[in-house]
Amino acid sequence: MQDHPTPSLALAQPPPAATPPGEKLPLAAVALGLLALLVAAADADHNRARLSLYAALALVSGGALGWAWLAFGRPAAGWHPHDLWRRASTSRGAVAWATGVALTGFYVVLYWFPGLLENLIRALDPFSAWLRHRAADQWLLYGTFYTLAVLVLGGRALWKYRSTRYHLARTASVMFFQLGFSFLLPGLLLALQQPEYYFSYFWPLKYDYLFPDAVGKLLHGGGLGVFMVFWGVVLSFLATPVLTYFFGKRWYCAWVCGCGGLAETAGDAYRHLSDKSRTAWRWEMRLLYPILGLILLLTALLWVGASGAVPALGVVTGPLGQLYGFAIGSIFSGVVGVGFYPLLGSRVWCRFGCPMAAYLGLLQKHFSRFRISTNGGQCISCGNCSNACEMGIDVKQYAQRGAPIVRAACVGCGLCATACPRGVLNLENGPREGRLAASTFIHADSLRIL
Amino acid sequence: MHFVIIGNGITGVSAAITARRLLPEARITLVGAESAHHYSRPALMYLYLGHLRYADVKPHADWFWAENRLELLHDEALGVHTAARTVQLAAGPSLAYDRLLLATGSVPRIPGWPGRQLRGVQGFYGLPDLESMSRDTQGVAHAVVVGGGLIGVELAEMLHSRGIHVTWLVREGRYWQSVLPAEESAMLEAHIRDQHIDLQLTTELRELRGNAQGRVQAVETTTGQVLPAEWVGLATGVQPNLVLAQAAGLATDRGILVDEMLETSAPGVYAAGDCAQHRRPAPGEVAVEQLWYTGRMQGETVAHTICGEPTPYRRGEWFNSAKFFHLEYQTYGRVPAQPTAGIASFCWQHPNGKHLLRINFCGADQAVTGVNTLGLRQRQDVWEHWLREKTPIGTVVAQLAAANFDPEFARQHEPAIRRAFAQQFPSIAVEKPRRKGLW
Repeated sequence: MQDHPTPSLALAQPPPAATPPGEKLPLAAVALGLLALLVAAADADHNRARLSLYAALALVSGGALGWAWLAFGRPAAGWHPHDLWRRASTSRGAVAWATGVALTGFYVVLYWFPGLLENLIRALDPFSAWLRHRAADQWLLYGTFYTLAVLVLGGRALWKYRSTRYHLARTASVMFFQLGFSFLLPGLLLALQQPEYYFSYFWPLKYDYLFPDAVGKLLHGGGLGVFMVFWGVVLSFLATPVLTYFFGKRWYCAWVCGCGGLAETAGDAYRHLSDKSRTAWRWEMRLLYPILGLILLLTALLWVGASGAVPALGVVTGPLGQLYGFAIGSIFSGVVGVGFYPLLGSRVWCRFGCPMAAYLGLLQKHFSRFRISTNGGQCISCGNCSNACEMGIDVKQYAQRGAPIVRAACVGCGLCATACPRGVLNLENGPREGRLAASTFIHADSLRIL
Repeated sequence: MHFVIIGNGITGVSAAITARRLLPEARITLVGAESAHHYSRPALMYLYLGHLRYADVKPHADWFWAENRLELLHDEALGVHTAARTVQLAAGPSLAYDRLLLATGSVPRIPGWPGRQLRGVQGFYGLPDLESMSRDTQGVAHAVVVGGGLIGVELAEMLHSRGIHVTWLVREGRYWQSVLPAEESAMLEAHIRDQHIDLQLTTELRELRGNAQGRVQAVETTTGQVLPAEWVGLATGVQPNLVLAQAAGLATDRGILVDEMLETSAPGVYAAGDCAQHRRPAPGEVAVEQLWYTGRMQGETVAHTICGEPTPYRRGEWFNSAKFFHLEYQTYGRVPAQPTAGIASFCWQHPNGKHLLRINFCGADQAVTGVNTLGLRQRQDVWEHWLREKTPIGTVVAQLAAANFDPEFARQHEPAIRRAFAQQFPSIAVEKPRRKGLW
């Protein structure tokens, strides 16, 4: 067996395209905004810090929107990711590393050194008093940044994908759910002296919503609390299977979820970075399902403990709960999940860590009408679909065999269908009979692909 | 059995994979001169555009070959000794075979224009062409593309993505007129000009002019213009690569002559894909097929024969697809470029100039015979069924939504298409329409 190593394909690369002069102005505004943010963080005078913060948010948001319009809103509509693998920002170059370190660092500060953000948090007090009738905290600061990222870069996505109405609907939906259900509504609940509750997150993603402590507190809190418990139980155990049966897991992951919302907007520039190798898929299996198992186990143990049947259970559930909250809830979903966007792609958390994705995925794979159809024998194996897949599915392997794509991981973002230059892929809900049947235009081969 | 395949393009690789499935114990060797691994030739343009990296255009991961015991030889076959059943390789020892498949593909066909040898003048077919194009188009402001087919539009899009001004010379009076009817050509011409490509029809290259360093500087056209051009892409077609077949003494014409079983004039030696020429093509089919899809089908077919299941090559209903900048093209069945006696043609266009549907049908029994679309995606198995069953046009127009393969939420044009049909063919009744999709 002789197998040569792949020759390095030394394509002569052009010098990086110069930023068009028009785009320099909005990018300068973003840079000034970031500077103003540093000033706000450093200034102990609350009034000045507040002015700096508001100026920072206006400059960063306005600059980013202006740049997005120039870069995506003006050129002809359509899918043309030119130079994606050549720019330092989107091909794991220096800019990507700098961005990744800054994002990761922000999460480290936010989770473990929130004192460093004190000036910024205090600057949000008037806004917090208006929305929530209470003082600001680090989570309001985080929520504000998060929501702005989804809205501003959602604007970018709307311009970028305006030729495909599926993407317009999906992007508008995640923007709506982030702003309404994950930002304004929880704040309003606090203002009304109610428990802070995110109606768009459920167990097992928001794992403590079905812990006995949380349920007990809500049930004692009166009518709205009872409704919250009811909503959580119904969404987790009834709506999730029913909706997933009809539409696949995408109804949640690509339309409602806040993590998915950030990935589809702020993370859109990095979707191609997700690793499509078999090794990556094996890690996905090793991590995702054990994490679902862990949260199932923890929830069950807590309920057994709460029932009083096994008094000594607290010895186990205490450390297990802390471990889960620290390792999965903090490090995985935040520090790694978002911080590593520019290096590992936008769905690291969704792909490798989210127990909700694992639960939805099992339903999608075995109990759903959703599939991505391959159109007959027309695949040219170009690889654009796999490249666009943020969940690391090697879509091409299915398409070139004429097989429908039925995978637990697929979040139904629809980019494979958009990127396909031959119109070979289509997201469809249809009868379950024949859902896995391959096209008759390509003879199925039995050689393994995973 | 030792099955040796010369050429690791889609034909050779499809044959290898099919043979591995049919004969788990066979020894299978793929010899490829151009690259160590199989890559997707239609994807080359995406490397230049920066959409993809080289690893992304390999259809199979590198572990695939070893795991499936498909031996890869990155070497050039110089000769075949058909009596001794051996292949001479450029770098390695000669290779003994029991069955041999020649899947040597094509080479660019380039007329001998004066100045053809200047630096910055090239065809576009494989990886080496992509490498020279990447090198030679750096810092270029003006380029000229010659030839009106699918390679031409790829070159124009590639150059345009780097901000290079492109003049595109097409000999024919309308774009791709050997394949497309007039309305399709007109829509594409307008679309290409919308992308700021200077498309010049009825214009040919007369000569290429160089500078003192031997690099192309300008071209002169048959209309007398002298256009500045620091790079010139010649997309004037490809022809079967016959070097090895001729050296081996096989019967050749335009391609390597093969029978229905894709066997050449030498026993145990087969040829498939771009390089093969059918001795007796089926009625209405061409002798030399230079398409990705037919390359794959021929590779699959020949592997069956070689593995002891003699299978004549039958292509089935014609289909093809392409993309012109943002405009997708699909075709199923037969849609001749010129009006044909006995065949009626229904054509609908969206006023925005970005969607077109043409359905041809037999004037006598109203059976559909072919469809062309631009900017609309159609489901292949539905069209295959309609064409095979000779479904009447009235039924097809009514059920058109069943063939709709556009993304969810895309605007549907079936009602407008039915109205246009009723106007153009008032005497043909259209059945009750059905809704879109799988439901």
